[in-house]
Amino acid sequence: MAVINIEINGKKISKEVPDNILLSDFLRERLTLTGTHVGCDTSQCGACVVHLNGNSVKSCTTLVADCDGAKITTIEGLASNGKMHPVQEAFKKHHGLQCGFCTPGMVMSAVDLLEKKKNPSEQEIRDWLEGNICRCTGYQGIVAAVKDAASKM
Amino acid sequence: MKSFNFKSATNTKEAAKLVSGRATFLAGGMSLLPAIKLRLAAYSDLINIKKIKGLSGIKVSSKSIKIGATTTHAEVAGSKEVGKSIPSLAVLAEGIGDPQVRNRGTIGGSIANNDPAADYPSACLALNATIHTSKRKIAADKFFKGMFDTDLKKGELIESIEFEVPEKSAYAKYPNPASRYAIVGVYVAKLKDNVRVSITGAGSCVFRSIEIEEALSSNFSPSAVDNVNISSKGLNSDIHASAEYRAHIIKVMTRKAVSSC
Repeated sequence: MAVINIEINGKKISKEVPDNILLSDFLRERLTLTGTHVGCDTSQCGACVVHLNGNSVKSCTTLVADCDGAKITTIEGLASNGKMHPVQEAFKKHHGLQCGFCTPGMVMSAVDLLEKKKNPSEQEIRDWLEGNICRCTGYQGIVAAVKDAASKM
Repeated sequence: MKSFNFKSATNTKEAAKLVSGRATFLAGGMSLLPAIKLRLAAYSDLINIKKIKGLSGIKVSSKSIKIGATTTHAEVAGSKEVGKSIPSLAVLAEGIGDPQVRNRGTIGGSIANNDPAADYPSACLALNATIHTSKRKIAADKFFKGMFDTDLKKGELIESIEFEVPEKSAYAKYPNPASRYAIVGVYVAKLKDNVRVSITGAGSCVFRSIEIEEALSSNFSPSAVDNVNISSKGLNSDIHASAEYRAHIIKVMTRKAVSSC
């Protein structure tokens, strides 16, 4: 057990946590931030993607103990003043989701891409979303959403 | 997840001291944490080495590129210096896993793990790398011992990997369609003194192909491997590819690598 200081969605948190707790479990079970989903739990599906110090990572393969002093953004931290993030808006508009299970991770990955690259090509979007699996949409709506969001960020 | 103690080291001496008994070093954790979760491995302590100053970063000279052990794949892929002097190395880093894995995974962790299908070990062999550890310098040719096995001794920490800058080089990977690891990956490098060709994913451990090296030494062109006989003996055979198929793909990937040099 150790006391961990982290900033989650702009809020500073200090909590005593077991050394072996994963960031995904910590977010969902200790902070009830259940927007971050756990699909495969083997770092393949990408439903658990969050931002750690400005980079997208798989929270199911990150130890909270390893995040001491870090800034974390989850899907709950994207909207501001009740207004959805442009990527969230675009996913809604372009039907970038059906069941919605993969969506939090898909959106967090897409936001990371668009923060690093302003106008990615369709191929660059598809390459970047390689670590996010969607079993419903066939990806067309997702790619269209990311493209549209790119023009609004 | 099995329990363990998490400790952060601030320098290499402290890391070596902490890693006694059933403890191990933790860098990006992209291989180690899944192995622990799947109960393929268990440790008493994980010693975080990411807070050790000087273990991360890229240093370039005219003859070599030295990459710190905790440098992430994303950092290597995005490095202008690497892209300029050994572009094939940046391409290799860009092809590892997915963006989230590249944001966490490190070069030191990759080669210490020596997964038979990992990409970086092939770069180490082909680019005649030197592995700098807390205790000594190890030539890549002597570093990779076997499946998940290296020449590292208990408590020995990789500090950096120094790659020779080649005249030209390329890496061609035939990836598993779902997971993107190398079913076969071929790294071809024309160095100042010789041609080196290494193969990952095909066997139980990365290896050099002397036959292909000889063929390319006398004629550095894709057709040089046409008459080279690649034996399937000892190559991996699984649901994704038989040993014979892998032997065939080694030649296909070699041609692809040479033609993109």
